[in-house]
Amino acid sequence: MDLNRRNWFARALAGAGALALGACDSVTRAPAVRNGLKLGESLSMSVQRLLMSRRTLAREYLTSDIAPSFRANGSKNPLDPAYRAHAANGFRDWRLQIGGLVDNPYELSLDEIRAASARTQITRHDCVEGWSCIGKWTGARLGPLIDRAQLKPETRYLVFYCADNTEDNPSRPLYYESIDLIDAYHEQTILAYELNDEPLPIANGAPIRLRVERQLGYKQAKYIMRIEAVESFADIRGGKGGYWEDRTGYEWYAGI
Amino acid sequence: MRTREDIPAPGGRVSVYRHAGLVRVTHWINALCVFVLILSGLNILKAHPALYWGSQSDFADPWLRVSDWLRHVPTLPTMRDLATGRNYHFFFAWVLVINGAAYLAYGFWRRHFARDLIPTRAELGAIAEVAKEHAKLHFPHERRYNVIQQLTYLAIIFGLLPLVVLSGLAMSPGFDAIAPWVLDFFGGRQSARTVHFLCAVAMVLFIFVHVALVIVSGFKNNIVSMITGRYVVVRAPTNAPTTSPAEAS
Repeated sequence: MDLNRRNWFARALAGAGALALGACDSVTRAPAVRNGLKLGESLSMSVQRLLMSRRTLAREYLTSDIAPSFRANGSKNPLDPAYRAHAANGFRDWRLQIGGLVDNPYELSLDEIRAASARTQITRHDCVEGWSCIGKWTGARLGPLIDRAQLKPETRYLVFYCADNTEDNPSRPLYYESIDLIDAYHEQTILAYELNDEPLPIANGAPIRLRVERQLGYKQAKYIMRIEAVESFADIRGGKGGYWEDRTGYEWYAGI
Repeated sequence: MRTREDIPAPGGRVSVYRHAGLVRVTHWINALCVFVLILSGLNILKAHPALYWGSQSDFADPWLRVSDWLRHVPTLPTMRDLATGRNYHFFFAWVLVINGAAYLAYGFWRRHFARDLIPTRAELGAIAEVAKEHAKLHFPHERRYNVIQQLTYLAIIFGLLPLVVLSGLAMSPGFDAIAPWVLDFFGGRQSARTVHFLCAVAMVLFIFVHVALVIVSGFKNNIVSMITGRYVVVRAPTNAPTTSPAEAS
């Protein structure tokens, strides 16, 4: 009897809680609430940018810290036939296109990227889901590569177009991401072609993936085919500057 | 402006001004923030329901898997939604930090901590007696917080809340670049994430005990005092702190 009453009370409490949280869900759907919550992102970005200089480096780790196997997430084997053909012959015919708001659009082969000014760094990859993995990346520094393309003064962002349908799901659009010029010119921002002293595996983004070490994993675009300099990304795809930003509302600034 | 003087209350009791306006306002803002942060934090945890120690994740051997348990807890939003959970979490984290900074500044400036929260030698000495009274569910209404309240609130304000904010910041790759010492302080980002979770668990335990005591120790008096500032005490107060809480009963 007493137990039943307690059950009833617990159920009523759970019901009231569910109702309250359900009400929160309808509040969440209101555009004003969504936009209001995004103030947190602007504040985080402004404060972090204020506290970090352009030269503030993400921590670099020791060889002994490298994870035995670096977790691959999202797409692991792009379906696109053109990409598969490139992968089949070791990306010999693949070219990275750098264009958009530049005076000198050009293309780079993988060998040319490997010959460019390089950097090796052992860094921690932080996934938005919460896990971390340490790996050693070698790649071409992005700054000198875009300098060669001569950015027009109105350029504010670089957009990275990728070969993978996200999570290898053909019904999904191709992945893309964007960063601003502060991150583009950062010392640790590289187009990585090696992971742990081996050519970058396909699961991890071959032939090149972006490393922007002061941000979360979804900014580290894999399978990059083309880089476009733009003034704004408002008219590109969903207008939020990246695949996940468009699809789910992840923050464009992923420093937190 | 509402008077801060003592006012006689029915039954020979006295209504005292217990909580300053800023303390009341920041208390309720903080309560809302903590509510949203815990529920949105649980939603974020659902994206990878495993906890580790150190810098990185040993996926084969997490310290704690919480996936089964997480299925039975409420989250904000109710469906699994990492992006919205993060949006809520970071917005209310900012509110919590700004609100907390206002409270701390006030507490030092107006000597709220020194006057109301730091126990006197006499109060500390009476801790066993106060604990005994608590165990008997006997809560005399007094002008000052009792010593168990004082020590608990100090631990929350200067221990748990700073720790939960700092361990949260240590998960941010941008903040780690700005202040790499936070990584060393916690022993790595994944340790910080685990500490962040344990802080949330401690916070939930505190809230349960806090709310239970608010209910059993005079619900109406407590709630009214945290809204209006006025609290009814049992005996004529003096300006000096109560020498012994046992005496007051």
